[in-house]
Amino acid sequence: MIYFIIFLVLIVLIIFFFVSIYNALIRLRNQVKNAWAQIDVQLKRRHDLIPNLIETVKGYMTHERQIMENITKYRSQAMNAQTVGEKAQAESLLSGALGQLRVQVENYPDLKANQNFLALQEELTATENKISFARQNYNDQVLMYNNKIQMFPSNIVAGMFNFKEEEFFEIKDQAEKEVPKVSFN
Amino acid sequence: MWELIQSNRRKSLILFFGMGALLILIGYVFGSFYNPESGGAVGVFFAIILWMILSTISYFAGSKILLAISGAKEVTKEVHPQLYNVVEEMKIAAGVPYFPKIFIIDDPAPNAFATGVKPENSAIAVTSGLLSTLNRYELQGVVAHEMSHIVNRDILLMTFAGMMLGAITLMSEVFFRGLYYGGGSRYRSKSSSKNSGQGQIIIMILALVLAILGPILAQLFYFAISRKREYLADASAARLTRYPEGLANALEKIANSSYKLRSANKVTAPMYIVNPLKREGMKLADLTSTHPPISERIKILRALQQGVSYKDYQKVFEMIYGKKEKIIPDSALKESIPVAPVMGLANSDKSFSPVDAKREANDAVMKLNNYKFINCKCGVRIKIPPDYNQPIVVCPRCGTRHQLG
Repeated sequence: MIYFIIFLVLIVLIIFFFVSIYNALIRLRNQVKNAWAQIDVQLKRRHDLIPNLIETVKGYMTHERQIMENITKYRSQAMNAQTVGEKAQAESLLSGALGQLRVQVENYPDLKANQNFLALQEELTATENKISFARQNYNDQVLMYNNKIQMFPSNIVAGMFNFKEEEFFEIKDQAEKEVPKVSFN
Repeated sequence: MWELIQSNRRKSLILFFGMGALLILIGYVFGSFYNPESGGAVGVFFAIILWMILSTISYFAGSKILLAISGAKEVTKEVHPQLYNVVEEMKIAAGVPYFPKIFIIDDPAPNAFATGVKPENSAIAVTSGLLSTLNRYELQGVVAHEMSHIVNRDILLMTFAGMMLGAITLMSEVFFRGLYYGGGSRYRSKSSSKNSGQGQIIIMILALVLAILGPILAQLFYFAISRKREYLADASAARLTRYPEGLANALEKIANSSYKLRSANKVTAPMYIVNPLKREGMKLADLTSTHPPISERIKILRALQQGVSYKDYQKVFEMIYGKKEKIIPDSALKESIPVAPVMGLANSDKSFSPVDAKREANDAVMKLNNYKFINCKCGVRIKIPPDYNQPIVVCPRCGTRHQLG
């Protein structure tokens, strides 16, 4: 009888343990999803900002057509990207093109003084920052989630219920990693 | 993060009831002092009422009152887009669903604080002096620090602690006033009658001791709470921005400013990022400081070269001071994420011009005071005071006539 009770208690404990791990996994996975949605929101903001930017700059710069065309092209590429990897790739190209614009603008003192342009510049900086902070948050969440999936004993539960590791939002280009900011000055 | 919040909530509750108990004790002793037979009960009654009123007020309107006495005005994105954006960036970095309200205090002294009992209606207030002295990265560091106070629920704890301090100070003030205006003479005439005994003398001494020491002890307690919170918020800010240098530079600039914040007082002082009532320079290791010395906070932040996680912060603190004091709660230290810092950003931020920043801050204050802004095609910005009553404004540079709607 006493062994039976001990056995029962053990079973209940194990079930309780499993449930809590399972719930933790679900919570972490949802946090990852939510963090990803945050990046998406910011990327969309950046895409929405680009037509404004082009409109403002167009009147001033006639020579930088190529840059403008690139920005437009990468923007549509980025908007059509499907997987995390593709998206990271396209967004890094877009960041690069926007960075080129930053270099060019130095030649146009008039443009710098324009209030609309200054406002737009702040928006662009903010958007780039928001993207990188959203990415930072996403990667933190993915790291916690993946750790949980790989570590004992939660890896047993993760295996049973088919929890899959998530991909990091990584920028392959080294230069892009170092400069997460846009400034037109 | 979650355990941190839980422990702060627990502490707030303990504080809330501990404060109630203390107030009731003080009420009883003060009441007995004046009337040994039934005064105790009356004192307790008044203490409970005071406690309830103060709790209700500080829970529902505490942050509003704080903001009002600091002269803070709420701003929208149009008033200062950069400030607004930086707050949004930190909200994203912290991964929280709520967006704090943003306030500007028109004061040349650079400082900032966060308030609000619940994160959903929390607020971050910065002075216009802060906006005109800090560059974007430094502002980000300060906002991250305030955001951490909100995320960790420090502001709840601080609100209740501040309220306790206020209540105890108020009660002993009333007690002393009563003593001064003849309450004591009534007491003396009674005590000269036969039924006074040793108990009465004890109550009398106790009341005096409580009246003198109560406010002091409450203040020390309040300051002790706020001191520890500052380290944690600095650590969180470094973790959120991944850039400890930004906050370090900001603290340095704030400490070096020669302006004095006009609206600060004893109760609001511990809420600011840097104590507005004390000048840096004296060694603040004593009990009466509301904040750790700025120089120490800067030193720790600058030493965060390897990583900016909570663990790194604790490690650096122990390394610098050679003592094992727990600055970061255990629950935060368990966090397993290695966090690498970004270095040398602000030095590369040549875009910051103090003149522009000053103009931006001035513009923000003007917008708060209902000035209208017109951007002329020629790049000139025309600022129109609210009492301007002409229908047309002429641009001084290009002569364009602007219709006023």
